Amino acid sequence: MKMVDEEERREIQSALEAWEKGPVAKTVSRFPERREAFATPSGITVKRLYTPLDVDSLKYNRDLGFPGAYPFTRGVQPTMYRGRLWTMRQYSGFATARETNERFRYLLEQGQTGLSVAFDLPTQIGYDSDHPMARGEVGKVGVAIDSLADMEVLFDSIPLDRVSTSMTINAPAAVLLAMYIAVAEKQGVPMEKLRGTIQNDILKEYVARGTYIFPPQESMRLITDIFKFCSEKMPLWNTISISGYHIREAGSTAVQEVAFTLADGIAYVQAAIDAGLDVDKFASRLSFFFGSHSNFFEEVAKFRAARRLWARIMRERFGAREDRSCRMRFHTQTAGCTLTAQQPENNVVRVTLQALQAVLGGTQSLHTNSRDEALSLPTEESVRIALRTQQIIAFETGVTDTVDPLAGSYFIESLTDEIERRAMEYIKKIDEMGGAPRAIEKGFIQREITQSAYEHQRLVDSGERVVVGVNKFVIEEGHTFDYMRVDPEAERRQIERVRSVRASRDQSAVDDALAALRAAAEGTDNLMPFILDAVRAYATLGEICDVLRGVFGEYRAPDVL
Amino acid sequence: MSPSRKIRVLIAKPGLDGHDRGAKVVARALRDAGMEVIYTGLRQTPEMIVRAAIDESVDVIGLSILSGAHMALFPRVMELLRKEGADDILVIGGGIIPEDDIPELKKHGIAEIFGPGTPLDEIVDYIRKHVKV
Repeated sequence: MKMVDEEERREIQSALEAWEKGPVAKTVSRFPERREAFATPSGITVKRLYTPLDVDSLKYNRDLGFPGAYPFTRGVQPTMYRGRLWTMRQYSGFATARETNERFRYLLEQGQTGLSVAFDLPTQIGYDSDHPMARGEVGKVGVAIDSLADMEVLFDSIPLDRVSTSMTINAPAAVLLAMYIAVAEKQGVPMEKLRGTIQNDILKEYVARGTYIFPPQESMRLITDIFKFCSEKMPLWNTISISGYHIREAGSTAVQEVAFTLADGIAYVQAAIDAGLDVDKFASRLSFFFGSHSNFFEEVAKFRAARRLWARIMRERFGAREDRSCRMRFHTQTAGCTLTAQQPENNVVRVTLQALQAVLGGTQSLHTNSRDEALSLPTEESVRIALRTQQIIAFETGVTDTVDPLAGSYFIESLTDEIERRAMEYIKKIDEMGGAPRAIEKGFIQREITQSAYEHQRLVDSGERVVVGVNKFVIEEGHTFDYMRVDPEAERRQIERVRSVRASRDQSAVDDALAALRAAAEGTDNLMPFILDAVRAYATLGEICDVLRGVFGEYRAPDVL
Repeated sequence: MSPSRKIRVLIAKPGLDGHDRGAKVVARALRDAGMEVIYTGLRQTPEMIVRAAIDESVDVIGLSILSGAHMALFPRVMELLRKEGADDILVIGGGIIPEDDIPELKKHGIAEIFGPGTPLDEIVDYIRKHVKV
């Protein structure tokens, strides 16, 4: 069913031509447009006007359909925000478990509806806090977790059967998931009731985020072990958050963000199928994570295009039978790299627009950045404003009252098509190289991202791409901000803590558990139960990762400029 | 040394953070400006950075860090350079570095800090002005 019939099409076509030759030509001759040509940051030409002719090939049921049904272009739930709002989930964590537990409880009191744990870099790379490489980094970009003892403090007085928790953890995701399960056990909450997400997306670490430990093949084994374990024991847990956010932050365009993220997704699905899993057994627990950038309509269209493209890939390429296997659920974070250190209050406005895009794009959860994040970690006041931004959108604007309100806009639908088409072209190219892992080994994805980052910076430097307060409307500023600082004593306290945990546990139980883990890693057993045993015995994260380093080796990604 | 030789720069990522967009973009810009640029890759200790700087006979070290560990790691790089008698190397930094920390870093010998929003040409010009080859 076409949007317009043949006769109406001809009428519109001739009226459009008359309009271009008449009023438009006359106006442009007297008042030239601001630019010769307009384009989105992904390079998609933006026309002066969009009409039904631009969505001529669109078939409603095939391409848009209905919310909650294949191909999910209009959203993953039948009623979307009329039923339940997105989860307001601020990424948070610093210093030690005790300080972060306080911040979590503050955020929950302020009306936040889910937790999102930021771990410090030593934790993310599998070092204990007293490791020489951890020096200066303990508790800086997130909370330091060395053992189950820290995790118990982190979730103290937070009932794990009632919150959902997202953990930004990748290379050692299995270890932190095991710690979460063990803390829940102590609270009397069985693992089948736990709701949350581990990021667990190693491929984007190699290209954009950097917290990898093990080589690709061994990392993929850990990931498929988690898929399998959770498909049997944790039906509510999101086993992976396939992340475009960091690819975008590293400099990619919106089209590249969709393409590279979905290419990574294809690699994970293929790996799980190759490991003997049935696609409909695990695919519904895959989740995604995108950024929300500055170009309003391109971003809204991006979310819709990503949903439709993933649905088609799951059905057509992987033969998923169930609709829920084709349903792309995603978290969104406003774009950190668009925050400016100059006139930081302006960031509140940027974040508001970006958050609105995510909501109009149908996100399942949202993190809004704080105004001061180009300067330091956010203060409590800044975090509160960021959370309030979401609450204003949710409760005051009315944009939540109907599903997918921008659908049917000639421009939005045309952009959605174009982003899907261009992303699919990239995915074909990556397929020809042998898939995402091969394309990463060759440096292709890294080069594409770096090239886009460089072009962006050149456009900003030349003034062609305006950043308010940075290359236009600049003022002299004294600095007026209170910085959030992590207590420098936190590192010392944490080091003492991990040492006292090591001194007070049953060492022979730890040794046995680590030996069993080593043997399993050398073989082909699922590693999750062994990691869980080690965690319960208070083996540290560093000790567990060292066992795996010993068997798997350590990886160094190619440095591609 | 011939007067027309290229300025040699080591772009280094001390610490554990993987945010290398800035480091890579600056590296590209310096290369496009005719300098010879060596990029260390991620997760470099101060010891590794100083060793690489001496081995590669660089004129400039550019340190990029976004994790907040700069107060621990930047001064350590300077200390090691002095110990090796290599403190004639110009050391500049960038990343997420609160303004309040800059005077302290300069006291340790970091020549300049270039924060978010710095135009690439400003860094190129600064290096050309401060390095005599």
